[in-house]
Formats: sequence, structure tokens, C-alpha cells
Amino acid sequence: MALLQLSNLIKRYPKPEGGKQVVLDISSLQVEAGEQVALEGSSGSGKTTLLNIIAGILTPDSGSVQLAGHELTKLSESARDRLRAVHIGYVFQTFNLLQGYTALENVLLGMAFGSGQDLDRAHALLERVGIADKASHLPSQLSVGQQQRVAIARAVANRPSLLLADEPTGNLDAGMAQQALALLRETCEEVGAAILLVSHDPAVLDSFESRHSLTELNRAAHGGGVA
Amino acid sequence: MKTIFLIAKKSLARHALSSSVTAGSLALACGLVIGVFSIERQAEDAFVTGAPGFDAVLGARGSQLQLVMNSVLHLDTSPGNIPYSSYVEMRDDRRVKLAVPYAVGDNYKGYRVVGTTKELLTEFEYDEGTGYTVMSGGRVFNEDKREAVIGSQVARKTGLRVGSHLHFEHGTKEDVGHSHDEDYVVVGILEPSNTPVDKVLWVPLEGMYRLSGHVLRGSGEVYEPTAAEEIPDEAKEVSAVMLAFKSPQTGFQLSQQINGGKEMTLAWPIARVMALLFEKIGWAHKVLGLVAYLVCVVGAGSVLASLYNAMNERRREFAILRALGARRATVFGAILAESTAIAGLGAIGGLLVYGVVFTAAAEVIRTEAGIVMDLWQYHPSLWMAPVGVTLLGALAGVIPAMKAYRTDVADHLVPHS
Repeated sequence: MALLQLSNLIKRYPKPEGGKQVVLDISSLQVEAGEQVALEGSSGSGKTTLLNIIAGILTPDSGSVQLAGHELTKLSESARDRLRAVHIGYVFQTFNLLQGYTALENVLLGMAFGSGQDLDRAHALLERVGIADKASHLPSQLSVGQQQRVAIARAVANRPSLLLADEPTGNLDAGMAQQALALLRETCEEVGAAILLVSHDPAVLDSFESRHSLTELNRAAHGGGVA
Repeated sequence: MKTIFLIAKKSLARHALSSSVTAGSLALACGLVIGVFSIERQAEDAFVTGAPGFDAVLGARGSQLQLVMNSVLHLDTSPGNIPYSSYVEMRDDRRVKLAVPYAVGDNYKGYRVVGTTKELLTEFEYDEGTGYTVMSGGRVFNEDKREAVIGSQVARKTGLRVGSHLHFEHGTKEDVGHSHDEDYVVVGILEPSNTPVDKVLWVPLEGMYRLSGHVLRGSGEVYEPTAAEEIPDEAKEVSAVMLAFKSPQTGFQLSQQINGGKEMTLAWPIARVMALLFEKIGWAHKVLGLVAYLVCVVGAGSVLASLYNAMNERRREFAILRALGARRATVFGAILAESTAIAGLGAIGGLLVYGVVFTAAAEVIRTEAGIVMDLWQYHPSLWMAPVGVTLLGALAGVIPAMKAYRTDVADHLVPHS
């Protein structure tokens, strides 16, 4: 059984002038355990909405989202929160580090809602991503590359089954992007996490064997639909 | 729970200034509430239940409260004088255990000079088994000489010592009357009794009669004492007679007898008369209590405003936490923990504010009324106010917590694509 299985997924958003706009219409997508999948998605392709639905942050209007044997659409919000805390890691384009918290505390919060805070593991992860000496630094005291490393450490802190990455290298220069991507993939392999990454950067996409075009997958992106 | 505390702690650290100001306003509120109720209770206890060993005061016709204020607390003006014979009558009454005459009308640097008999210092017990004691090196005055025994507060504030010479001023307040010519000498200083006696200079009754400029009207006619002749008892008068009875029935009997007439007033029992004072000023206590409660509400409002205003800037933080798996309840709990922490700090600060308010109020009361109050004396408000302020502050966090609870993750995490 696939780790993630999407079927006939539809998501609509209200339009300002009334009615609803279909922003996501995907008939099928699956990710196997440990698999590393890249989705090519340009702006407006619904990539963030898709990742938020998989993470249980948003709910689809119809269709099925199966994650680690759980049908997300049938779970309560708190059950989805729990599932996210245990099974999902999330890396954002803007990193979304908590600004008042040190690098170490950001990593600790990555595991706080799942397996619980583990100080030794948090230190080990910071060492793994090469910024052990920055543990007590606030995000504002770190370079962009270092912030991305903290974000990666935080995303794998709860030993997720699936790591969602939304344009993870979008804010990095080319050299740094490759380093960050390699680190992301290595750490996911080490913890046994699958990756579902969306990006519009060909250099990133080319490094993945398994890749799909979200624009092709998402029928709503071909001109959209009004419901 | 550990995570909730971490989130709350981080926010407190980031908003240290506003959190401190808010906690400070709650501390003020908490301190005022404790202060108002604790000071009022202690003052009432001291004035009413801690009354001074005498059962009643006999004085001129008029207000019982004024009589007690003047003769027990040594405040207010004397309602007038009564004939010396009234004192003699009481002294010789078999139902009366002790009768002590007071004659007032002079002061030394604002401290009252009271003419009396030495029984006050040798026989009277202001508490069971405890009478006034003259400090070592001193003694009780000789009733035939110009000698004074002074209260401990008078000694401390004026610097008078045994052997010091002094002249009294006419009137019960400083600098309003002329200075008497007679030279008095301090022969004793009383050990602190924590009663109004500590702020009085005690001199022989006869000496008060013979101060220059004093005239006596005990017989209805003006009599001016001269050094050469003994003052006839008929001419003498006293301001009040302090009475201790052998049984409570005596107070009732004398009260019926004296207060039914038109010449004198018997204030009995003293504690009940003092309670009247607190009934009369009860409205002031209620106003103070109301102000204190209002300050509490304002303090709680400041907690609400402080946290609520920070919600907009913190929505992204909550969205990230939710994306990491935090439940709505966790975010809600973190805000409540934060408001409770602010209020808790305010409650602790309130105890400090109370200490300052109490110390200041106690010093004023001690100086004005001679009553000593104890900062550490138990009063329910000592725990009820801090607990109440903490709960109120925590409650004030509910609205911001609800706002955090309702934070839409997707809207505040990243823009829709």
C-alpha cells in the first residue's frame, strides 16, 4: 500500500465576485514509502494548496487523501493535527522558522507535537546539518543558508514518514540550493522519510528520478473550472 | 505542557516591556486590594477589640465617640470638663475597680500633655497582667512635683531623655497657644506598649491645674490657682475619668444612670463606641474597596489588550506551530499560560506593593493614633487577592486565546498559489 494515495481530489475557493473557483482537480497521485518525488509546479498551479491538503491543514471538497493508512478526509481536525505531528515534515520556501526561538528550540518544536522533545536528538540533527555551533542563535542571527538547514533539521525532527517541501530552495542561490537539496534528500533517506517536493526550478527537478508535472496532473490548472 | 510553557515563556521574553507594565498594573491592583482589606481589618481590630483595658469613659455631656476619641486615642478635641467631684464619686464607688482622671489642654511639640494620677502608671493594666512600665533609669512622677513621664514615641520623636527639661504649650496642637512658664523635667520614659499612650506626656494632675494661665471652673465660678494656697476640690475639674469596673453590670447600671441625666456622658462599652466609628467611616472603606476592585478590572483589561494587540503579529507564529502539528487547544493553552503567568507575576508583585502600602499606612496610623499594626498578621486577602488577580488575569487571556485558537493556518502560513 502506498504511503500517500490521492484520488479524485477537488478543492474549490470562493471567488470575490461570488461562486467558487476550482483550484485543484487531481485524479490520482501516489507516493511510496521512502520514495522521493518531485512535482513541477509553476505559480498558480495549486502546489501549496495540494501540500496543505496532504498535510491535513486544508480539507478537500471531494476526493480521497490516504496517508499512512489513514483517510484524512474522514478524520477530525485534531486527529489530522496528530497525524501531521507524527507523519509529516514540512519545509517551506520562506523556511517559516519561529523568530523568537533559537535554532535548537525550532528543532525541538519540530518534534514537540509528535514524539516529544528530545534534546540530544535536536543537538544531533543540528550537528548533522552542520550548524551545531549555531544552536543558540536566533533565526535573525543566521544566514539564509543556515536558516534553511535549521528548517531541514526541524522537518525531520519527528522522524516523519513523508516530508513535504514547498519550493525549498526558492530563496537560495544556485550553489546553495544544490547543497540544501542534497542535505534534504540525505537526511530523509537517513530517517526513512519519503519526499514530495514541488518546485519550478529545473535544476532541482532534474535531480529527481520520479517527477511529475503538477500542471498536467491538476486539470483545474488547464484553464480552471467554475463550480 | 512543556511546549505550552516554552511558547508562553518565549512570548513573555519577546514582549518583556508590555508584559512588565501589565504585570505592574496588576501588582498595583493586587497590593491595593490586600492593603485596603488588611489595613482596615487590623485598624478595626486594634481600635475596637484591642481597646485599652478601661471599660468606660466618663466625660462632659456630648458625643460618646468624641469622648472616646479624645481620652482613649488622644485624638479630637475634648467635649468639655466635668467636676472633680465626679471623679471622686467614681473612685469611691465600690463597683469601680479603678478610676483614673485625665486633664487635657496642653501639648509639647504637638504631643499631648495629660494630667493624671500615678495609678495609671502603677495599677492600670492595659492588657491582662500587663501594665505600663517605666524604662530602667527612670521612675513614675512625684504627684507634688513638676515631673513628666513620657511615652516611647514622644521620646523617640522629640529626643527627650530622662533629665530633659521642657515647657508645655497651651492647646492640644503645636504652635497655636502660648508657652507655659513652668519648667518640667522628664523622670521616666515608658516602655513601648503599642497603644496610644506611647504618644502622650503624662504629668501630675495637680501640676496641670497650676500651669500659668490655667483657670478652673469646677464650682461654676472661675478660680485661678496660686502657689500659696491649696486648690479646693470644688474648684477642680477633669476632662474625663477612665473607668474599669469590677463587673459588666456596673457599666450598664452607670450608663442608665448617667446617660439618663443631662450633665455627663458615660461612653460604655468603649469597644462598642469605637465600632461606631468604623460604622461611620464604613463608606470610605467601601469606596476604597471599589477603587481597588476597579484597578483590578483595569489591570485585567490591560492583560487582555496587551495580548490581543499582539495577536496579529503572532498569527504567523501560531500558523507555523499548527503546521508542525500543534492542536488548536495547544495554541489556546499557550495564550492562557501567558496571561496566567503575567497575572501570577502581578500577584507576586502585589504582595510587594502591599508591603510598601502597609508600611506607609502603618507608620501614619502609628504616628497619629499610636496603634502598631503587623505586616505579617494573617488576613484572608493575603491569599485571596493574589489568587483572584491570577484567575482574573487568566480569564482576561481567554479572548486573545480564542483569537489564536481560530487562526487559519493556511491563510497565515504561506500565500495561496
